[in-house]
Amino acid sequence: MSERETHGYKVGDPIRDTKAPEGPIEDRWDKRRFSAKLVNPANKRKINVIVVGTGLAGGSAAATLGELGYKVKSFCYQDSPRRAHSIAAQGGINAAKNYRGDGDSVYRLFYDTVKGGDFRARESNVYRLAQVSVNIIDQAVAQGVPFAREYGGLLDTRSFGGAQVSRTFYARGQTGQQLLLGAYSALERQVAAGTVEMHTRHEMLDLVVSGGRARGVIVRDMVTGEIETHLADAVVLATGGYGNVFFLSTNAKGCNTTAIWRAHERGAMFANPCYTQIHPTCIPVSGDYQSKLTLMSESLRNDGRVWVPLAKGDARKPSEIPEDERDYYLERIYPAFGNLVPRDIASRAAKNVCDEGRGVGPGGLGVYLDFADAIARLGRDAVEKKYGNLFEMYERITGENPYETPMRIYPAVHYTMGGLWVDYDLQSTIPGLFVVGEANFSDHGANRLGASALMQGLADGYFVLPTTIGDYLAGSKSFDEVDEADVEEARQKVQQKIDKLLSVNGTRTADSYHRELGRIMWDYCGMERTEESLRKALERIPELREEFWNNVKVPGDPEGLNQALERAGRVADFFDLAELMCIDALHRTESCGGHFRAESQDADGEALRDDENFAYVAAWEWGQDGPTLHKEALDYEYVKMTQRSYK
Amino acid sequence: MNLTLKVWRQNGPSDEGRMVTYKVEDVSPDMSFLEMLDVLNERLILEGDDPVAFDHDCREGICGMCGMVINGVAHGEQRATTTCQLHMRHFKDGDEVTIEPWRAAPFPVVKDLVVDRSAFDRIIQAGGFISVPAGSAPDAHSVPVKKEDADAAFDAATCIGCGACVAACPNGSASLFTAAKITHLGLLPQGQPERDSRAKAMVEQMDLEGFGGCTNTGECTAVCPKGIPLDTIARMNADFLKASK
Ligand SMILES: Cc1cc2nc3c(=O)[nH]c(=O)nc-3n(C[C@H](O)[C@H](O)[C@H](O)COP(=O)(O)OP(=O)(O)OC[C@H]3O[C@@H](n4cnc5c(N)ncnc54)[C@H](O)[C@@H]3O)c2cc1C
Ligand code: SF4
Ligand code: FES
Repeated sequence: MSERETHGYKVGDPIRDTKAPEGPIEDRWDKRRFSAKLVNPANKRKINVIVVGTGLAGGSAAATLGELGYKVKSFCYQDSPRRAHSIAAQGGINAAKNYRGDGDSVYRLFYDTVKGGDFRARESNVYRLAQVSVNIIDQAVAQGVPFAREYGGLLDTRSFGGAQVSRTFYARGQTGQQLLLGAYSALERQVAAGTVEMHTRHEMLDLVVSGGRARGVIVRDMVTGEIETHLADAVVLATGGYGNVFFLSTNAKGCNTTAIWRAHERGAMFANPCYTQIHPTCIPVSGDYQSKLTLMSESLRNDGRVWVPLAKGDARKPSEIPEDERDYYLERIYPAFGNLVPRDIASRAAKNVCDEGRGVGPGGLGVYLDFADAIARLGRDAVEKKYGNLFEMYERITGENPYETPMRIYPAVHYTMGGLWVDYDLQSTIPGLFVVGEANFSDHGANRLGASALMQGLADGYFVLPTTIGDYLAGSKSFDEVDEADVEEARQKVQQKIDKLLSVNGTRTADSYHRELGRIMWDYCGMERTEESLRKALERIPELREEFWNNVKVPGDPEGLNQALERAGRVADFFDLAELMCIDALHRTESCGGHFRAESQDADGEALRDDENFAYVAAWEWGQDGPTLHKEALDYEYVKMTQRSYK
Repeated sequence: MNLTLKVWRQNGPSDEGRMVTYKVEDVSPDMSFLEMLDVLNERLILEGDDPVAFDHDCREGICGMCGMVINGVAHGEQRATTTCQLHMRHFKDGDEVTIEPWRAAPFPVVKDLVVDRSAFDRIIQAGGFISVPAGSAPDAHSVPVKKEDADAAFDAATCIGCGACVAACPNGSASLFTAAKITHLGLLPQGQPERDSRAKAMVEQMDLEGFGGCTNTGECTAVCPKGIPLDTIARMNADFLKASK
């Protein structure tokens, strides 16, 4: 039964069944594969599947479904599927290959991921992810992904945060690019084979639900402006994360929430929207015109020392500040881990010193990452060998030479662990709507470990979804015809939104609203959240949204390429998502992973979970007059729940 | 700094197009080139004008979506740099900057600075892959690859498919792009079974799309943001000849 609560949401029935098989965890995926119904190969050609998104998750899913013989339609908003945001991933991809013989195993990767996620992910899903991880590397190598190798010809690996084994495979600083080009080439092979029909520069604007099932999408051809309907037997969303709700993030400019948000409005529950990952080492904002933030690899913290001046508002050049007037705050507060504390801790510490007025650079929003000691110790050449390309990138963007003056870094929004709720089969709460990659919420709990997003995207797309979707599609012969009225209603809704945006003709651009919304989210629902800050955000967001809908200026016509219109539509959806994120963050009064509630910390200022009250997934159902919360309880049969410590 | 921009405006593939002059003021040296255009566009929107359409996404030099001919050079004069990674500190007060789209017949203009590069996807469709359905792969360590080969394959594989090579080439050739893929896959043991058919099919598709032939001017590699070397083209030609025998 539902009850009204103070934050304007209701509590509905808990989610009891996630469809994960029972029994020993190592047998569950096998069991599910065996129980999944198979589709007769001859029938596959008559079954249509829509895949929206061509990143690692969507590209691999569409290619694999095509290989299996389904009739696939694939969509992306870029001019080529190869340009999906996955292309930008740098560091690497985890897999439990244990090629090093350093004690890695499927179980250890499972364990690290559950723990790294601060005990807010499902054990069954994570175990499967670790199992499948080994197949991903095989698949990628066979496709010609040029991973780094050693002189003996075997694959090289490196270690990444949150793990004590070396299990991260990489292709220099461009692992995402190489993996995506592998998936892209498999996808293009299927386009040539006629199993996949590719629609680039098409933006999904709504989901068609008919007879209680997801049966298609409404898209806008971004070149002609035409609104198109595409129907199918199932729809897969692989549309990535929503970090751009903050305006400034390390995501590509076009990353958006539109596809998943509109599916949410159609009945797909949204899980843990407030779980956001903030990366500690990004290049700081340089001015009001800033359009995005650039990540500097975390590996820099291996040799760089982080510091700020001891005194507030010290405006001297870094070289003029003597040793004893500097505060190497990470080394001071965390003597055991020093500069290598996990992402969330490093980020919050940087925020704290800047809040104290000790930040450096424009606006005081930056801290130094200093390589002077490393250069003195190892020599400039050695530092250049290790980090040369990163130093170059830094110099290109800032115009400063990090060999001579310390880098300035600041945390930035990087990844969203939340997303559409899915069951063990990756199916959302709308039958026939599957969600893969960063767009779903499934495997990372409240904090994602480095190099695990690529793993999850490809696990979902190459191996999990192609099996589980078959089980659903095996019943497709019994699906009803799509009701014309449902299609018409969705088309109307899309059209009305576009018309509305174009007709306001106000005095501010969509981007300027987006910036302001992002600022609200960053200040009140960012690295540190409090009841007070979140209530403030929940006041400001609806006000600003109201103003947006009455005062935004979107030029041009509905026909033809209209980039301002595209942006305005995305901003409109970010407003609604932002509100839900704040509601979620407000209701979760504990701290966990990337969600830090200032009210919930231990004596040392570290995040304090409240397992008794919050060991659940918060799945939100959309409603005209506010959301309804459904709780999915999390049980830990294998990994014992513990509190993290890095002192 | 203050700049005068001369920007190519074209309302669609059938529009004739023309250069339009805009003044931009108070440009910060720390801005990226695209941020400078963002500022212009924000102003144009508020003035009731049509903002300048241009492609971009990652703004980190890796997606290959951005691309403009700046002062006559694809991606601008700074070497090994995509348009999105170019910063305004390389310009000075009072400069006049011309901005045009890639110009090549197989890349028709969609609007302003946005062109249609789908021909590149079709070249890949013709053979830029290794045929290995998901789930059929052997253990990754079953085939060792010499480090030098893996490294060289990687270097060729870093092509971002931006199309600057085509825009810079006096013949509008797509040789560097095509050769980069043929080299990447052809250097790996996994790529051998389809090596001949791949080279043949991709080169033929390239011709079919209307790209010009290569006369070794080297303009492509000079503008290539990823420094794809010219010798990949020699490799492609060798593979193609062998396959056509
Ligand atoms: C700078 C950076 C570095 C990273 N480095 C790493 C790393 O080293 N290791 C790691 O594991 N992870 C890393 N990550 C995270 C990882 O890259 C992403 O989580 C992952 O690539 C997401 O893949 P995806 O397939 O889910 O979505 P994406 O790659 O974001 O693809 C989304 C797709 O959906 C399409 N789309 C979106 N909306 C619509 C719409 N409305 N209509 C039509 N199409 C739409 C887009 O066109 C695109 O094709 C990094 C992230 C960033 C930002
Ligand atoms: S070869 Fe270079 S210039 Fe040509 S598409 Fe590739 S990256 Fe761009
Ligand atoms: S916007 Fe991605 S390479 Fe320039």
